[in-house]
Amino acid sequence: MEMPVPDAGVIKRKARIVQRLQEVLPLSAVIHDPAETRAYECDGLSAYRCAPLCAILPSSTDEVSAALRVCFEEGVPVVPRGSGTSLAGGALPTADSVILGVARLNAVIETNYPDRYIRVQTGRTNLSVTGAVEQDGFFYAPDPSSQLACAIAGNIAMNSGGAHCLKYGVTTNNLMGVTMVQMDGTVVEIGGAHLDAPGLDLLGVICGSEGQLGVVTEATLRILHKPEGARPVLMGFDSNEVAGACVSDIIKAGVLPVAIEFMDRPCIEACEAFAHAGYPMCEALLIVEVEGSPAEIDEQLGLIKQIAHRHNPVELREAKDAEEAGRIWLGRKSAFGAMGQINDYICLDGTIPVSELPYVLRRIGELTASYGLGVANVFHAGDGNMHPLLLYNANKPGDLEKAEALGSDILTLCVEVGGCLTGEHGVGIEKRDLMTVQFTTEDLEAQMAVKDVFDPRWLLNPAKVFPLASSDARRHQAA
Amino acid sequence: MQPETEIELAEAVRAAKGPLRIVGGGTRPVGRPIVGEVLSTAGLTGISLYEPGALTMVVQAGTPLAEVETALAAEHQRLPFEPMDHRPLLGTTGTPTIGAVAACNISGPRRIQAGAARDYMLGVRFVDGAGTVVKNGGRVMKNVTGYDLVKLMAGACGTLGVLTEVAFKVLPEVEAMATLTLSGLDEERAVAAMSAALGSPFEVSGVAHGAGMTRFRLEGFTASVTYRADRLSDMLRPFGAAKVESEPATVRAIWSGIRDVTDFAGKPGDVWRMSVKPSDAPGLIARMGAEVRLDWGGGLIWALVPEGTDLRGRIGPFAGHATLVRAAPETRAAIAPFQPEPAQLAALTAGLRAKFDPRGILNPGLMT
Repeated sequence: MEMPVPDAGVIKRKARIVQRLQEVLPLSAVIHDPAETRAYECDGLSAYRCAPLCAILPSSTDEVSAALRVCFEEGVPVVPRGSGTSLAGGALPTADSVILGVARLNAVIETNYPDRYIRVQTGRTNLSVTGAVEQDGFFYAPDPSSQLACAIAGNIAMNSGGAHCLKYGVTTNNLMGVTMVQMDGTVVEIGGAHLDAPGLDLLGVICGSEGQLGVVTEATLRILHKPEGARPVLMGFDSNEVAGACVSDIIKAGVLPVAIEFMDRPCIEACEAFAHAGYPMCEALLIVEVEGSPAEIDEQLGLIKQIAHRHNPVELREAKDAEEAGRIWLGRKSAFGAMGQINDYICLDGTIPVSELPYVLRRIGELTASYGLGVANVFHAGDGNMHPLLLYNANKPGDLEKAEALGSDILTLCVEVGGCLTGEHGVGIEKRDLMTVQFTTEDLEAQMAVKDVFDPRWLLNPAKVFPLASSDARRHQAA
Repeated sequence: MQPETEIELAEAVRAAKGPLRIVGGGTRPVGRPIVGEVLSTAGLTGISLYEPGALTMVVQAGTPLAEVETALAAEHQRLPFEPMDHRPLLGTTGTPTIGAVAACNISGPRRIQAGAARDYMLGVRFVDGAGTVVKNGGRVMKNVTGYDLVKLMAGACGTLGVLTEVAFKVLPEVEAMATLTLSGLDEERAVAAMSAALGSPFEVSGVAHGAGMTRFRLEGFTASVTYRADRLSDMLRPFGAAKVESEPATVRAIWSGIRDVTDFAGKPGDVWRMSVKPSDAPGLIARMGAEVRLDWGGGLIWALVPEGTDLRGRIGPFAGHATLVRAAPETRAAIAPFQPEPAQLAALTAGLRAKFDPRGILNPGLMT
């Protein structure tokens, strides 16, 4: 993956930059020893690594503002980092950049049940936001698989989703306001405890901007009361196509499950071997979860089972209690870990119209075979967000490159059928150079114009999202 | 000008020598009165793609809203955000278009539970102020590919670009619905009751208060609505005995009246719309001294005030925003219809306008 040539001038001025940062931050918040900066050399896309110039860990909005002001004056690129779980290289540093980690910004600022929001510092992990309100029956809905580790800052940057967003929406639908620091240190307050924007929806464009418009230090998030209960049903089918058709029929029938998850045979086998969840051995498996009171759940699952029966399921298993529900989810939730046990893999994230599921699954199989690689599919079927895991051997020269080429082909296929490159992981560096498959020059110019306004010198996370060739002039006028 | 295609529309914008006033159905004359040649989107019509099984519809901007709703109803689906019809309140005639719903981010009572128009907009095509055609988003439900300009266009009222096509996520129509009504609560008690309902697990899809009646809406499968109506009634007992109405036509009429603020239709005076933190509403209403209707559990205040009243001046600083929705053009010229922004946000807004509409010709000044 090509990255811009680091600015030698910045690297030469390291001592001065570190000293200036130490003047505005506690000593322990400036990490500059090469042995320690290595901890920030990569994120969840660990195939690519580069230690930053230094890393800073501010503990307040004021500290973030002061530190960004220094970087702005010194012309140093800044790479914001949540928990570093990005699968797209969103937090990958360059050698001339300062990593701004939000890990020390982890406080709950306000919890308000009558108005149904929580205000937190954005280094707080996704799961611990729910953790702060669950004793009172509330929860924060977006639930990315990495929710134990991932930070709200990263969720906002990538507009993260999760298994349950079919019903509750993704981050942008649950974000009410932010405090954000611009690259020059300016602090802006956008939104709050009320709904909708008074003028332009700046919050809407900040969410999902991959840390390129500003550093979000505080967020107001919508919280909801937990449903009375939830219950999954597991359904096995003897082909991907039939499972795909069943998904479409469930959605059309007017039931709105909170989650519809899909796994294919390679994934079922790996999960079963890893987690012993008791999955049936079949070609495709769906986990459908509904919520409500026991009677409401019965009614919805009744309908879903009726639909499933029309597609001749080889297995139909409804959880009778919490333990069985846990077992049904166990395999799915350990899918990425299970695959990681048996193989190196690249996890794709393209989204397609649900109607194209059977065709796209077949084409993925054909493309993978033509590269001589393996693939396992596990994904959020209700909203067409696919996660093909492309299996390769990191120790075999050329295998990673082959898997990346296959990944490009599959993502191009997703765009061709009316979908997109990434549904919830973000572009980062991983899909940066594929952006021209989905967008015209004019489409990309319009997006880059937004960055021009928020960060005119292109210092924030500059080498991400847009193809390097597209952003080249902007990044250089900045330097 | 009424172009028939996106290409013609782009040419019209490119060739424009002065300000353009962008019009869909012309039923929502909001914002500062502006002058300019009319650029109508009414010639861009038709549903380009509708996949009920994927809950997706792609539609040309000038398509009448009614046509969209009819097509959805035929598949037993609907626009979840329940867009308001401004005609009764504003006394306008004409045919509301889907493009204006998107451009002005028009939602209704269900916004509190299901989300706003912007939350269901999956993709847009638009022509910017230079006449360039731009697309953003797409037609799939999860999409984080690049910046979300869809949100930026939703609510920009055509000032950043003229929408030509919008893709929506839609949802199934419900089997049953019910309205619970409590009578005689003052605003403070009403907001408390509404907050209790919204903080319950019963998925209340509308909560409004006005003329001494506090309303709660439940929707879904029949047995589920019946069950939740019972449970919610029990929960609301401290606020009084709830009367339950479950005849669909009656329930629909109640909520379309709330959605369109028909209580203020034809009544003299200006109408303001405020978005606030729900628990702030009673205090703000006390400072207002106006007739009000509440929606969104108190988070949306509709206020009827004497003509020419500057409501913001009257209540002083508050958290949220106030929009002057109905007033004579002279009043909308004198009082900022849209909430003035703090300097830093105003600078960002001005910067975006300069990028997307460098000549300042798209509804110039409308949102000031």
